[in-house]
Amino acid sequence: MNVGILSLIVLGLAALGYVLARRRALAVVQGDARLLHSRTGYYGQLVFLLTAVPAFLVMAIWLFLQPILIEQRVAENIPGTAIPEGGDLTLVMSDVRRIAGGIDAMMADGSLGEAQLKDMHADQTDIRARLAGVGIALGAEVSPAVFEAAKSYRKMQKTGALAMTVVVLGLALGMMGLALSRISATLRARNLAESFVLSLLIGASLVAIATTAGIVLSLLFETWHFFQLYPARDFFFSLTWNPQFRGGSDLGFAPLIWGTLYVSLVALIVAVPIGLMIAIYLAEYAGKRVRSLAKPAIEVLAGIPTIVYGLFALITVGPFIRDWIAQPTGLGDSSSSVLTAGLVMGIMLIPFVSSLSDDIINAVPQALRDGSYGLGATQSETIKQVILPAALPGVVGAILLAASRAIGETMIVVMGAGAAAKMSLNPLEAMTTVTVKIVSQLTGDTEFASPETLVAFALGLTLFVFTLGLNVLALYIVRKYREQYE
Amino acid sequence: MFDTPKREAAVTKTDIKMSARNCQVFYGDNQAIKDVDVDIDDKTVTAFIGPSGCGKSTFLRCLNRMNDTIPICRVEGTITLDGEDIYDPKVDPVQLRAKVGMVFQKPNPFPKSIYDNIAYGPRIHGLARSRAELDDIVEKSLRRGALWDEVKDRLHEPGTGLSGGQQQRLCIARAVATEPEVLLMDEPCSALDPIATAQVEELIDELKQNFSVVIVTHSMQQAARVSQKTAFFHLGNLVEYGETGQIFTNPRDPRTESYITGRIG
Ligand SMILES: Nc1ncnc2c1ncn2[C@@H]1O[C@H](COP(=O)(O)OP(=O)(O)OP(=O)(O)O)[C@@H](O)[C@H]1O
Ligand SMILES: [Mg+2]
Repeated sequence: MNVGILSLIVLGLAALGYVLARRRALAVVQGDARLLHSRTGYYGQLVFLLTAVPAFLVMAIWLFLQPILIEQRVAENIPGTAIPEGGDLTLVMSDVRRIAGGIDAMMADGSLGEAQLKDMHADQTDIRARLAGVGIALGAEVSPAVFEAAKSYRKMQKTGALAMTVVVLGLALGMMGLALSRISATLRARNLAESFVLSLLIGASLVAIATTAGIVLSLLFETWHFFQLYPARDFFFSLTWNPQFRGGSDLGFAPLIWGTLYVSLVALIVAVPIGLMIAIYLAEYAGKRVRSLAKPAIEVLAGIPTIVYGLFALITVGPFIRDWIAQPTGLGDSSSSVLTAGLVMGIMLIPFVSSLSDDIINAVPQALRDGSYGLGATQSETIKQVILPAALPGVVGAILLAASRAIGETMIVVMGAGAAAKMSLNPLEAMTTVTVKIVSQLTGDTEFASPETLVAFALGLTLFVFTLGLNVLALYIVRKYREQYE
Repeated sequence: MFDTPKREAAVTKTDIKMSARNCQVFYGDNQAIKDVDVDIDDKTVTAFIGPSGCGKSTFLRCLNRMNDTIPICRVEGTITLDGEDIYDPKVDPVQLRAKVGMVFQKPNPFPKSIYDNIAYGPRIHGLARSRAELDDIVEKSLRRGALWDEVKDRLHEPGTGLSGGQQQRLCIARAVATEPEVLLMDEPCSALDPIATAQVEELIDELKQNFSVVIVTHSMQQAARVSQKTAFFHLGNLVEYGETGQIFTNPRDPRTESYITGRIG
């Protein structure tokens, strides 16, 4: 039985529990609902939750643990001789999984039955050819040991699935029966149901926090790994970035951070003034009709995939800047440059700044505007001296949000600024950023053991620390001004 | 129409500061003010009274064109200040509002320091030539707003950190600081305690020496205490307008009498 159907059955049971619980609650007080501690719906809710939640929890844990345990068992049974020269156990295990999948596929299209499979052995049948028939291409002949492992892998999986079905359904039924039998007039069903829901809500927020923690931990772990192989001093203080996949690389992060900050700065210089002016126009001057047309039109910019912006940078903006600015002034001759990427990224960020700031400016109470007009201030004086200061914390938040977008942006930089790690003040030169280098260090045929790949994690962590710092700063500024202004 | 001769009369009669003739105000299709004729005397306190929703605030806002900021609001008729039509296209509402200041029903201090709140108007209109002069204006205005003693040690703290009543006095002081010729006050005391109310009333009495003050109030006692003239509004109409003493002791219209004695509103 597959997981979907099992879930539906559990939900069905829970719904049944709901109905039964309401009936039973009424029955124990002979139909006089006022004698119950809680309204009948709460008894139903309680039984529903007790039926569904533990069953789903067990199911989730089972689905998580089963593959791990099975792989361990199967791996133990693979003899060392089955592992080819130069390969390792994980490669063999992935073959095992694929063969098991292939057998399933053959079962499904009817070309193989359980009984036949039992008698099938790798040394008698051309398994590789038959697997290829169902779309599973293997690199080498299947060794008997691996084939047997695949067979037992499949078998364990089936047993596991069956056991899970039994356990989950048993648990659901058991909990339902138990909960139903506990229903009485004095059962504090509402309080129980509500605290149950409360813990579900807390659990949900823990998922988010745990995920963040998990990401940070894995980054930290791999970064630590990296610093075992490569001196931290060189990473932080070396001014060259020159990875060599044969070893002996220079992995100083300074040129990348420089590129990131430079491109982001250019982007913000473009986006912040334009975005703010748009916001002021939309919020203070534009009529209803203009606003209802212009706002969505500007927000379309936010919906364009960054790769499209990248194309724009590569094909239009880059050559334009090269032909009209860089070459005439003699400051550069490549079409990829910090200015190109920064300009295009700035355009991408405009709607972030304008849309958020517009909402924030709109939220400034009309009473403040009236107060200012009532003193004989003009509209522009009112905007400059009353509205913008009042909206400042929110606007700063919007700008910092845009900044963290800029720092994390990859596609536009690859296509607009190039891939050369350089530290230069000239905005017409090609440079590159942290994100671009993370991608280029991780793509390609490399194992996760050399400093050249592991450096990606250190870079990722650096980026994370940067954006975290920005967010903390944003929070601090917003708090500080809020104290003053509210 | 009869408004032209009346306007001429307004020009010749020097002690009339503002006058409205045939004034109609619409919010979209709803008429909030119908055919109001009123003369506001110079150096006098005029009280607008009437039940809630009768259009007191709406009419008050016509007097300094604050209604311009409400897109659906439309004003018809003539309103003059010193004989000049304030709705004339030549008139800049910004200049007008510097002369006809306003204090609102709900306190609305700016998100700035107490000092900057008061200095806002004088700075915009260039009333102070030096920092010391500005300091003077701020102190004088805060004293007139009966707030000086409470805030003199915290002038650079945010105005929004004051209590509701203090905020309202701050707003009054802020309006006074720009030295308007007419001060419009929309229920300025609805958030104040009796002591602060008494102080504000004293301030109004003092302002009367130099300006005219128009005050909207729900308190009959207040209207009787501070004003010389009273206008009673009902359902968008100006029902009765006259000397305060006469309105309160000897109203001509039965609706005025019922309102004053507490039978409507
Ligand atoms: N911005 C607006 N848009 C639409 N209608 C409005 C607006 N402001 C006021 N009105 C309407 O105009 C009428 C008069 O309102 P106004 O605020 O002038 O009454 P008021 O006499 O000041 O009442 P209160 O004593 O409660 O302050 C009311 O019917 C109100 O619904
Ligand atoms: Mg009002």
